[in-house]
Amino acid sequence: MSDVADAEGIALKREHPARTALRRLFRHRLFVTGLFLFAIVAGIGAAAPWITDIDPQRLSMRNKFLPPGEAWVFGTDNFGRSLWSRVVWGAQLSMIIGASVVALNAVFGTLIGALAGYFKRLDNALMRVNDALMAFPAILLAIAVTSVLGPSTLNVILALSIVYIPRTARIVRSSVIVLREMEYVQAAVAAGAGHWRILRRHILPNAMAPMIVQLSFLFAYAVLSEATLSFLGVGAVPPTPTWGNIMAEGRDFMREAPWIITIPGVMLMITVMGLNLLGDGLRDVLDPRLRIQQ
Amino acid sequence: MVGVAFRRLLSAIPVLLIVSLITFGLMRLIPGDPAAAIAGVSATPAQIEQLRRDLGLDQPLHLQLLDYYRGLARGDLGRSLLLGKGVFAATMERLPVTIGLSLFALAFTLLIGIASGIVAALRQNSWVDQAAMMFAMIGISVPNFFLGLLMIILFAVHLGWLPSGGYVPFGEDPVGWLRSMTMPAFSLALLQAGLLARITRSSMLEVLRQDYIRTAKAKGLPHRKVVLKHALSNALIPIVTVVGIIVSLLLSGAVVTEALFSIPGMGQLLTQAVLSRDYPMVQGGLLLVTTFLVMVNITVDTLYAVLDPRVRYE
Repeated sequence: MSDVADAEGIALKREHPARTALRRLFRHRLFVTGLFLFAIVAGIGAAAPWITDIDPQRLSMRNKFLPPGEAWVFGTDNFGRSLWSRVVWGAQLSMIIGASVVALNAVFGTLIGALAGYFKRLDNALMRVNDALMAFPAILLAIAVTSVLGPSTLNVILALSIVYIPRTARIVRSSVIVLREMEYVQAAVAAGAGHWRILRRHILPNAMAPMIVQLSFLFAYAVLSEATLSFLGVGAVPPTPTWGNIMAEGRDFMREAPWIITIPGVMLMITVMGLNLLGDGLRDVLDPRLRIQQ
Repeated sequence: MVGVAFRRLLSAIPVLLIVSLITFGLMRLIPGDPAAAIAGVSATPAQIEQLRRDLGLDQPLHLQLLDYYRGLARGDLGRSLLLGKGVFAATMERLPVTIGLSLFALAFTLLIGIASGIVAALRQNSWVDQAAMMFAMIGISVPNFFLGLLMIILFAVHLGWLPSGGYVPFGEDPVGWLRSMTMPAFSLALLQAGLLARITRSSMLEVLRQDYIRTAKAKGLPHRKVVLKHALSNALIPIVTVVGIIVSLLLSGAVVTEALFSIPGMGQLLTQAVLSRDYPMVQGGLLLVTTFLVMVNITVDTLYAVLDPRVRYE
């Protein structure tokens, strides 16, 4: 598959590299599948106010435990709440949390990674703290941080960022270290460019590819970790409709109403799989090692 | 080998120092008054004051830090507020349960991951390869607690083959232990098995392309022998490095698996400590688990250097 793409890469030499990458991405079957799966969930989340008409928290005891059917698309839970409304709003929350963690990682991961990789004096200090944060088992650190800050959506975002930013920073740093020694960077230094300009114009644009790949996987981890935290009862406070909360509440009724667990679980799986496929595709296309072969 | 182990131990010191500083700082980061937050809403001012003194929170920060390290040097990690016993003792009671679960899951991971990775690599681009990689992708994408729930619904609720939760100590009843741990270990292992299958496959493909494999085939060695002896032993070397990462993922994942299957391990202990605001337990437990993990990684790195003499840690 890569042979075909490589041959075309040569034929279309003058095209903007971003366009070449996009063209190759959209020919990558797994990437397109992943994008499609992810787009379904993101679309549902974004359209939540228009595709649900029942408040996800409205109780209706006489409608409890209704199986999925015509009147209730996804059925109802133990309080007679519409599972469709809860799962759809849960999708929105997952997307918001995932996107926020990714955005914070993009900013602070790049900043810390670039500083550590570019300025040798800062490297040791920054990376020791980084290593220490990475030494903790991820979920345990996230639980400890949310326990300190208190359970809320915002604090879950903060906790997951604290857990994952060191990992992003490490990836950015390793690209920056390689790029810093490149001849074209030294030429820029010789030409009198300042540190800021060198980082921004010459180094970071070339360090983007591995980071973009990392961020797509990170989105998956963030959604998964958020669901895990709320399943454990240390995430957003119930009755907030997160997938983890819905599944935790459905646990006691898995014999009579298994759909309460399976529907949000399948949504979670679709999201994570979509993002994993997307990340695999991005890696195939953007991986620097592939690029050198061109 | 001793040199590598020693150097890795030295480099772990700053990491563990910062880890201990972070765990120390955690409780002090509670917004507002930590003592009031720990005591809970129903506590009287006198109780809060008492707790503040017990935890040493009435002292200036540098003295608290000094006290903390003095305690660590003596192996004293404080007392759990909930259990009324030492954090170290409580951890030592629960950690073996988690380690047992993680080792069982590790066995599943290695078995499923390496076997499917090898089969996929040997039949590259065939339907076997595609099916194996598809299963790997599913494994990576199914949240372990969702898989656990599905297994409970199928094997415990409907078929009644395995208990839906609970824990039987291995020493009391090995078969009971096996029965109670099979679903937890499997559901915990699948994610790592998926990752490992992908790594094994690419490592194996890389080795199979090398000249010495062609030489071995050319001199007429049976295919089985070439694959199992010549290729596999070299393809497994990079896999050793990821074992450290896998153990870390297993310990992390065990937290939710234990909660799901009511297994009284370290993850359950820490989750309960968090929910009941038992901060000395959270702090000390986190430090111990992380130290354990750092030690596991040092062992893995040392092992790697033994297996592959080309590796030199600077």
